Amino acid sequence: MSTASLTAPAPTLPWRLPSKGQVGMYCLIAAELAIFTIFVVAYLFYIGKSLSGPQPRNVLSPPIFFTICLLSSSITIHFAVKFLQAGKTRSFALWWLLTVVLGALFLGGTAREWHHLIYDEGLTIQTNLFGTTYYSLVGLHAFHVTAGLLGLSSVAIFSALGLVRQEHAERLEVLSLYWHFVDAVWVVVFTVVYIIGR
Amino acid sequence: MSTGSIAWDATAGTTRKPLVETLHDWVTTVDHKRLGIMYVLFALLFLVIGGVEAIIMRIQLMRPLNNFVSPEVFNRMFTMHGTTMIFFVAMPLVFGFANYLVPIMIGARDMAFPRLNAFSFWMTALGGLLLYSSFIGGDGLYGAGNAPDVGWFAYAPLTSQTFSPGHSTDFWTLALLVSGVGSIGTAINLVTTILCMRCPGMTLGRMPLFAWLNFVMGGLVILAVSPLTAAQLMLMVDRYMGGHFFDTQAGGSAVMWMHFFWVFGHPEVYVLVIPAFGIASEVIPVFSRKAIFGYPVMVGATVAIGFISMSVWAHHMFTVGMTSGANTFFVMTTMAIAVPTGIKIFNWLGTMWGGKIHFRVPMMFCVAFLFQFLIAGLTGVMLAAAPFDWQLTASYFVIAHFHYVIVGGILFTLFAGFYYWFPKVTGRMYHERLGQLHFWLFFIGFHLTFDLMHVPGILGMPRRIYTYEPGRGWEIWNVLVSVGTLFQAVGILVFAANLIWSYFRGAVAGNDPWDAWTLEWTTSSPPPAYNFATIPEVHSRRPLWDLKHPEDPDWKYE
Amino acid sequence: MLPSAQYLSPTNIFAPISTPADTIFGLSIFVLAVTGAIFLVVFSLLVYAAVKFRLRPGDDSREPAQIYGSAQVELAWTVIPVLIVVVLFLAAARVIASIQNAVPPQGAIHVTVIGHQYWWEYRYPDLKVVTANELHVPVSDPAHPTPTFLTLLSADTDHSFWVPRLAGKTDLIPNHPNHMWIDPHQTGLYLGQCSQYCGVQHAMMLLRVYVDTRADFDRWVAQQSQPAAVNEVASEGRRIFETTACVNCHTVAGTPAHGRFGPDLTHLMSRDTIASGATRNTHEKLRAWIRDPNVLKPGCLMPAMGLSDPQIDAVTSYMETLR
Repeated sequence: MSTASLTAPAPTLPWRLPSKGQVGMYCLIAAELAIFTIFVVAYLFYIGKSLSGPQPRNVLSPPIFFTICLLSSSITIHFAVKFLQAGKTRSFALWWLLTVVLGALFLGGTAREWHHLIYDEGLTIQTNLFGTTYYSLVGLHAFHVTAGLLGLSSVAIFSALGLVRQEHAERLEVLSLYWHFVDAVWVVVFTVVYIIGR
Repeated sequence: MSTGSIAWDATAGTTRKPLVETLHDWVTTVDHKRLGIMYVLFALLFLVIGGVEAIIMRIQLMRPLNNFVSPEVFNRMFTMHGTTMIFFVAMPLVFGFANYLVPIMIGARDMAFPRLNAFSFWMTALGGLLLYSSFIGGDGLYGAGNAPDVGWFAYAPLTSQTFSPGHSTDFWTLALLVSGVGSIGTAINLVTTILCMRCPGMTLGRMPLFAWLNFVMGGLVILAVSPLTAAQLMLMVDRYMGGHFFDTQAGGSAVMWMHFFWVFGHPEVYVLVIPAFGIASEVIPVFSRKAIFGYPVMVGATVAIGFISMSVWAHHMFTVGMTSGANTFFVMTTMAIAVPTGIKIFNWLGTMWGGKIHFRVPMMFCVAFLFQFLIAGLTGVMLAAAPFDWQLTASYFVIAHFHYVIVGGILFTLFAGFYYWFPKVTGRMYHERLGQLHFWLFFIGFHLTFDLMHVPGILGMPRRIYTYEPGRGWEIWNVLVSVGTLFQAVGILVFAANLIWSYFRGAVAGNDPWDAWTLEWTTSSPPPAYNFATIPEVHSRRPLWDLKHPEDPDWKYE
Repeated sequence: MLPSAQYLSPTNIFAPISTPADTIFGLSIFVLAVTGAIFLVVFSLLVYAAVKFRLRPGDDSREPAQIYGSAQVELAWTVIPVLIVVVLFLAAARVIASIQNAVPPQGAIHVTVIGHQYWWEYRYPDLKVVTANELHVPVSDPAHPTPTFLTLLSADTDHSFWVPRLAGKTDLIPNHPNHMWIDPHQTGLYLGQCSQYCGVQHAMMLLRVYVDTRADFDRWVAQQSQPAAVNEVASEGRRIFETTACVNCHTVAGTPAHGRFGPDLTHLMSRDTIASGATRNTHEKLRAWIRDPNVLKPGCLMPAMGLSDPQIDAVTSYMETLR
């Protein structure tokens, strides 16, 4: 048993807890990462196991340009948020819009790639194991990009209407966390599909 | 420390609100307490439904070559019973208790994201509705009424369009996808609430164990339910988009479904049992009149269990033909998890040791839990020895084992929690004698059914069979097992009667009927909508103990 | 094996007569002993605590001494379980290796088992025998072992081969060949059934393993290797069989019937049971089965062919010539 030197409890130092938005978003990201991990594992496991049909090395070419677009959009969104935190709403709006454009370009690139794969190479989700796993994994990612873009575009519209102010910076930082996650996942998907899998 | 114990009665001095308005309030609520109550009531309804499904199976199995129900109906019964009990009884109960209690225990006014909270509840409710609409829904090869009949773990390729045409499997997939979203939402809410909304002075090391354990549960849900979501999306791709994830004809792997399912399925049982441990960790100290023995070790052991639980999954797959190396690895991790689990049992024992044990109904259920969970854990260790599992898995031994954990462990602690917190939630004491009757009926029924159920497994009876040959030596055991369900059913009825009677006629409970020590007992029974008039400040793990024992407060020893 | 265990049930895991089941039995006794001891110790402590520290009537309401923990006690009850777990793990690991890594010796019999909804196909590649539902293997003398090594495949969903007195169960999974072995030391008939839910009639996918003396086994192989007996008495039944859809599913060796979807019927009358053990192979049962399989096994994949009574009689007579 302890001692008489304590006659009062230690005072509670300034009570600081993490921000709800950030913690909530990290939790969401963790859950999404778990979902992506399963799709990545399936992709890796099925490499080389298709019984017939087009093979990755014959039909895939790494979308370097569109990848650069997507990864740069992480940089642009980072700057946008920084500008908003400093109160520079014009610069914020510009860089935010740039992010949306880069994200849209990426999606456009995916659409173009899929069009080529389906109509020129005859690869669909039904064709073989490669087709199933490729469209599922890349599609799941594209779905997340789309969801993110919807959010980003909404903010762009609000910003155009002059409704976004410095005090919203924290919320937009949380949204940008989601966007960074989407980009980070693309790094993994790109590596697995276009490098390891080919 | 100041407390907010002034009850706020919205109807004082006014006429009662019309029923429609009350219903509207409940349907649109974002209050964690109301959502908690709704989760629990929803779960109790499905407990009865799931119980009826079990009784139907037990009647069918009382005699060999019986035809109380057809094989098609029986196969739907075991699928629906398992799916219902896990996803629409146990998980909502666990979420309901967490929702109601965690914010109050940490001195907060609500969860971090109240609207997400409501959304998550309604997604779970929608999932349940969707699953049960299968009885009257879609077409299929077997005629009217198509509840899923693929087993609650829905192994491939039985779930492919080839072997499960029609929509029964889709009801399973979609219902769980929808409620899975709800579960992940609740988990995000719980984790964020606990990290970001504790009252001043409540460091993580001073949180009630119930809060800590629900925090670990939240983390597990985030990491483990998501793989199930992924696997179900893959199944939908196979069934509706011509995909081949689990299409063995196209080179796909049926074993991969098993891996993905059990990566979810094993942590899932820890999602259910860890909050049960949390309830035991609140009830046992209060009714032993001693602080929990080894708080830091309890936290550490639970976190360890959480981590290890993500590495044991393939002990459900010892018979699928993994290499001896892989089998051996999973034996090792599965046996390893027994160590922190055992440590917790010892710590509860250590809490009781040297205490003054009050055998009120909550404590009776907790003591039964300790003894039953010990047995369940030991049969788990037996199953962890893979070669022994090669005989016992997929037999009635394993059904006995996991019901021992879920009913004997989890449900018993949930009953303890019901009786312990009923006064707080309703402001009334439950009827003690009825509670004791519930306990004894259920205890006798549970043991009759689940102790004896181990025997047919040892005698070679597989699971999921709608009937069996005479002369296997299984008949008498099946009869006795079935008889036990009668006692359990009556016990549940007594429980329901107690809840209802006590809600209207129980003695007024006051803030703190148990002379307990955590924050929920500082506020009124029931708490006001805002929980506390002023947010409390705490200096130890048992703020009320400090107030009641100013000469010997906990903060001197922590 | 426990004395008289086999009388409690023909599928008692504690009545092993084959090395894999024996080794598992040995491990299980050890595990039961250890867990039993743990149970006795912890249970006694629990009962003691509940009794000794219960509230007595007339007790004053002072709180007992608040003990928050003890590092030594925590260490003790961590280290001891770890040691126990290590021992159990090593015991299990040894048995896993001994069963899974066994190499077939020279005299081993090889059988390919193919699981179907809801019957078992057995092919002996070296002996050129194809049969269904009733597996024959020679008894194995521990001094000169002649074990049977099974390769397990599936034609449709997942199944599991479980004959408790011979070995633990191993699953049959499509696109995932598995292997197991048995070396029964005693002749006799050993029962089991499918142990992985495979569909509607999972419950009636029964296993019958006949462990024969070497001489009997050789005789059985010789008989099974013959093409179908030809008997003019049953020519009408044979004509109906070969012109109805029966031949799409069934094989009768030496005739135009080459179907692989259903069991090989070449030596149907050498089997004691039909419908994968679901009923005895008698004239009445066979006739009833042919008439409408869904009466005995609702949901099984053999359809009623809508034959008239004289046609069913004829086909049954034909089946009864297939010895």
